[in-house]
Amino acid sequence: MRLPEGVRHTWAVAAKDLLVEFRSRTGIVSAAVFVVLVLMVFNFGRDPTAVSNLVLAPTILWVTFTFAAIIALNRAFQLELENQALDGLLLSPIGRGSIYLGKLIANLVFVAIVEVIGVPLVALFFNVEVWQNIGPLAGIIALATLGFVAVGTLFSAMTVRTRFAELLLPVVLLPFMILPLMWATMATTAIFGGRPLSEIGGWLKMLAGYDIVFVIVALLLFPATVNE
Amino acid sequence: MLLAEQLHHRFGSVRALDGISFSVRPGQTLAIFGPNGAGKTTLLRVLAGLIRPHQGRAHVEGGRRAIGWIGHQAQLYNQLTVRENLRFWASLYDVAPPAELLTRLGLEEHADRPVRALSRGLVQRVAIARALVHNPAVLLLDEPFTGLDRTAAETLGRLLAQHAAAGRATVLVTHNVEEGTGLATEVAFMRAGRFVHFGPRAGRGAQQVSEEYRNAIA
Repeated sequence: MRLPEGVRHTWAVAAKDLLVEFRSRTGIVSAAVFVVLVLMVFNFGRDPTAVSNLVLAPTILWVTFTFAAIIALNRAFQLELENQALDGLLLSPIGRGSIYLGKLIANLVFVAIVEVIGVPLVALFFNVEVWQNIGPLAGIIALATLGFVAVGTLFSAMTVRTRFAELLLPVVLLPFMILPLMWATMATTAIFGGRPLSEIGGWLKMLAGYDIVFVIVALLLFPATVNE
Repeated sequence: MLLAEQLHHRFGSVRALDGISFSVRPGQTLAIFGPNGAGKTTLLRVLAGLIRPHQGRAHVEGGRRAIGWIGHQAQLYNQLTVRENLRFWASLYDVAPPAELLTRLGLEEHADRPVRALSRGLVQRVAIARALVHNPAVLLLDEPFTGLDRTAAETLGRLLAQHAAAGRATVLVTHNVEEGTGLATEVAFMRAGRFVHFGPRAGRGAQQVSEEYRNAIA
């Protein structure tokens, strides 16, 4: 069975980005090393008697994921510029939406890999109950990640042609990440604290709402960001 | 097949295109000559739909699907092999990369090498293969002979002649009159965003066109 055209083009862009990244390993290795180093620094640079792990771990987890994701997101359109291929993509008959969604999927995979490395380290360093709560925690991480990667992919396209792209991306992206980060941190704290799942339902709904709104907004705005 | 009507485009106070109109019919090859900064690349980008003109309209029959583009840059992913690159670009046009393309461009033995390992001339050949991968009806070429050795330049010349013989259109911009004249059926000289000459080559040789060009842009 032949997939619809938009799905095929989206997958072609995503598969190409993944293949290019796994060949070069530039962004993924940088982000993964960053996660390991930051978690190690937080582990050794804290006073365990001053703040409880339960309070500290969710904050550190999300701060680390945020900056690691920014490293990965910076690569999204950089690789098109490095390979001078953006014109070719824009000239091809595929929809701008397919380019955006392809990039979004590839970015989600990169960030997910970084998160898969980060979560066990948080469990190891901060002695919090990750494995008993892995299902709800995965849900929180998935919903929060989709939201800020959706916005980040759009901003990555907007900033890539600027002189200070690597600086500008976090500057424009972080204000949009405040809400999902706040909700994700609160939900993670509740999960680590052994609170009932019903308590995080509200945060998850808000994260899902944020995802729906910002994926749609990004899809609508993306053509204007890449057209000259 | 390709129509440009009163194209105007500015970059700040600089008029890159200043009222350009022309058409290219099937089988025609238009060579546009002009010095650096004449607006040649901007014109090609407008024709390709990569830049929206401030005034006027460019129309290519068949839209983006009908356009093959060779720009200043190869537009290839250095980390991927030649074959993977062609497969990717072909997939965007919902076609399979024609097997004979690699042979015609002498790329068969390099097909499984990453693009970053190729010489500049070979990269340019892959860029040509990329532009032809979907058998486009209109080719837009920006200095396509740059970096090509003599053999590859002759191969490109042959491919462009076959393209025209198949009733397809080509617009070629270059500052090298000798290279462009041999392929052209129509010739335009461009200066400061305007055509100062446009018409059929009518059997004139490179030397004559070159002389007329020098006089026209002086």
